[in-house]
Amino acid sequence: MSGSDKQPRIERRQFLKGAAAAGPALAAASLVSPQAAQAAQTPAGAAAPATMAVREQHPPGTGQPLAPGYVVGGDHMTDCLRALDIEYVASCPGSTFRGFQESIINYGGNKKPEFLTALHEDSSVHFAMGYAKITGKPMAAMIHGVVGVQHASMAIYNAFGDQVPVYIIAGNLLSEWGRRPGAEAAHSSTDQAQMVRDYIKWDEQPTTLRDFSNAAARCYEAAVSGAPGPVMLTADADMQEEAIHEDHKADLRLPKIGRRIPASADSGTVQELATMLCNAENPVLSLDRYGNNDKSIPLMVELAEALQAPVIDTRGRMNFPNRHPLNVSDIGGPYLRNADVVLAVEPRDLFGMVMALDDEDVRTPRPRIGQNTKVVRLGISHTSQKPNYGGSQRYAPADLDIQADAQGTMPALIEAVKRMAKPNFAARGERIANQTKNLLERAKAEAAYGWDASPISTARLCAEIWDQIKNEEYTVPTETNFLSSWPQRLWVMDKYYNFLGRSGGWGVGYNSAAAIGAALANKPHGRVTVALAGDGDFMMAPGVIWTAAHHQIPILFVIHNNRGYHQETMHLQRMANRRNRAVTTADIGTTIKDPNMDFAMMAKSMGVYSEGPVSNPVDLRPAIQRALAVVKRGEPAVLDIVAQPR
Amino acid sequence: MQKSLFLALAGVTGIAVTATAWAQNAPGGNAANGKMLFEHVGCYQCHGFAGQGGAAGPKLVPALEFEPFALQLRMPRQLMPPYSPQALSDQQVADIHAFVKSLPGPVNRANVPLLQ
Ligand code: HEC
Ligand SMILES: Cc1ncc(C[n+]2csc(CCOP(=O)(O)OP(=O)(O)O)c2C)c(N)n1
Ligand SMILES: [Mg+2]
Repeated sequence: MSGSDKQPRIERRQFLKGAAAAGPALAAASLVSPQAAQAAQTPAGAAAPATMAVREQHPPGTGQPLAPGYVVGGDHMTDCLRALDIEYVASCPGSTFRGFQESIINYGGNKKPEFLTALHEDSSVHFAMGYAKITGKPMAAMIHGVVGVQHASMAIYNAFGDQVPVYIIAGNLLSEWGRRPGAEAAHSSTDQAQMVRDYIKWDEQPTTLRDFSNAAARCYEAAVSGAPGPVMLTADADMQEEAIHEDHKADLRLPKIGRRIPASADSGTVQELATMLCNAENPVLSLDRYGNNDKSIPLMVELAEALQAPVIDTRGRMNFPNRHPLNVSDIGGPYLRNADVVLAVEPRDLFGMVMALDDEDVRTPRPRIGQNTKVVRLGISHTSQKPNYGGSQRYAPADLDIQADAQGTMPALIEAVKRMAKPNFAARGERIANQTKNLLERAKAEAAYGWDASPISTARLCAEIWDQIKNEEYTVPTETNFLSSWPQRLWVMDKYYNFLGRSGGWGVGYNSAAAIGAALANKPHGRVTVALAGDGDFMMAPGVIWTAAHHQIPILFVIHNNRGYHQETMHLQRMANRRNRAVTTADIGTTIKDPNMDFAMMAKSMGVYSEGPVSNPVDLRPAIQRALAVVKRGEPAVLDIVAQPR
Repeated sequence: MQKSLFLALAGVTGIAVTATAWAQNAPGGNAANGKMLFEHVGCYQCHGFAGQGGAAGPKLVPALEFEPFALQLRMPRQLMPPYSPQALSDQQVADIHAFVKSLPGPVNRANVPLLQ
């Protein structure tokens, strides 16, 4: 809608009323001269209309092109995305946003934003997650009215749980006036964001084009501010297809996003925290959603070294160099138990950081910290939590709760700690270094067990991959716990993009798709993206590799094929044993065999280079070598590795 | 499960008795049958097909002696699910033990550049 008050818009109904009264001739006339249409229903001398509802102007079947001098709402929406610096729109198409899509492609030239063809809405959102974890920027995921939202909802939940900004644009047909019976009616809703509102940060459904840019800006701001997360902007189809006279297009403002400075703790609080840490005998740093950009890790290293304190990386992100002498992530238990102060940095779930709960039939929380341990929470990662879903686990209080962005607070904290550093810190650091210096050696010794086994051991798989990428800049965009965390144990990981944390909502299907988004973001940097995806995860949305082929996204895509939903096999085994029943049936409903999947054939069918199934460990090296050569050419390559379950 | 409750249960079901009895006369095991059972009753799930261990369970190589091995199955120390005599007979436990004993140890790292 025009921003100009002196140019009244023809309200859609009003226009229709006029058109109906004047008969078909008027509708035809209005194509040539919108003024004529206006004249027919407004007093003589009234100004030209700023916008028109295109659907009425061009009833289906009339085949009349847009009148000269007019552009459409979708063009303005495209300008808005460009103003927000959104580079990609991942999407499985739907007619509720056809007007927007066409504008992005033909008006915007399919550049910034560019369309990424997705084969499932869940994939679109997961692509955006992987991309945002590398770039820090939201990608748009454009989803069909109602059904697209329903499909996307789990990925949205993942993004919310993982605090990743995703810019979701959903189509809709808000007005029932022009909706056709059938699909159009079924794909419209008065409030479709309601389906996901518990796990998005913000949503908007502007009802005029004039409101669109503000709504778009507000959504963007919510997505990237504080603890980031997904947002949903509903773009009404009528508005996308609405005609605007070129003279009035400039009246539609574009969203503007200023620089953001995260809130850091004030100097008094920083001093208090530094004093606590420096006076502590055994301080521990425990890190969760902290490492999001290239400054995060160097700052944390500086703090840890200033304190000579042990660091536990919970791997919610890549938070701390895995080979750093102060990294005690894999031997953290005793450090936590003996800690007098734990600094919990950007914990999503403080309870999980300080308490454990084992999978036993009577579950009793077990403190991971000592009775007198003081817990300080530094961060805002818990602040986007909402009721209803359990992502925040049990309530756990912090003794001191510093609600400030951890990274933003880091420079002042480092400085304060350095001012108060004590000579005995060095001895502490040495003791820790003594405990960590053999971790790599121990890992290699353990990797030697089952080294020649078939199915291939997860240690061997990871060691063989590492050997061939160790001189590359690389990203592991997938979770590693189902691979017994071998990459963290055997590789060198010290850049924020070496590892991207977890799914956020534990929703399977994240890994394979997020990997493609990360690979897209890595492409201009020439980084090698190495996805290590479960066969179950992959089968949730195997079409993601087609997207990689179609858009020439280089990625080494390794399928950890344990022929099953192995996590669930173990759960079922536990149940049967506990109930003292048949212990031989845990594979029923949990395995993916009989017949075995042929992932290599599947990949080939989508135009992707592939090899497998590889089950003999001696075949690994050459297979990885060939696949990497393909990746270096800028294409995806899939390896189906028949591997040990964990 | 709380330890006291577990022990009480073990007493009721006679698990503890069985374990003690084993101490005196460990049955000889059939490794081939043990291999089949190892996969069939789910040991591989947490310990790996080669007993190499991983995120879900420790490595089983080198094998424990029979008594502690059997005790672990009947009354796991911690998070491993219990295998009662009903689910796995003493003879079957012995077979599995024989198989685990037959598993190769670690590869000689001197011959593996990736592990040096
Ligand atoms: C669901 C996972 C799971 C399954 C299935 C399982 N285990 Fe375990 N096992 C564990 C865990 C975890 C431990 C560590 C101790 C504990 O939690 O009780 C363990 C410990 C052991 C140990 C002691 C190792 C040591 O050196 O202390 C032995 C022996 C063992 N398991 C054998 C078996 C056998 C044989 C089977 C099949 C009959 C089996 N386990 C099935 C998870 C499992
Ligand atoms: C959407 C969804 N469905 C089901 C689950 C339950 N689940 C957790 S792990 C898992 C297995 C996933 O299979 P795969 O990726 O092959 O990993 P594996 O456990 O086999 O190593 C399943 C089904 C889930 N977390 N999310
Ligand atoms: Mg699997």
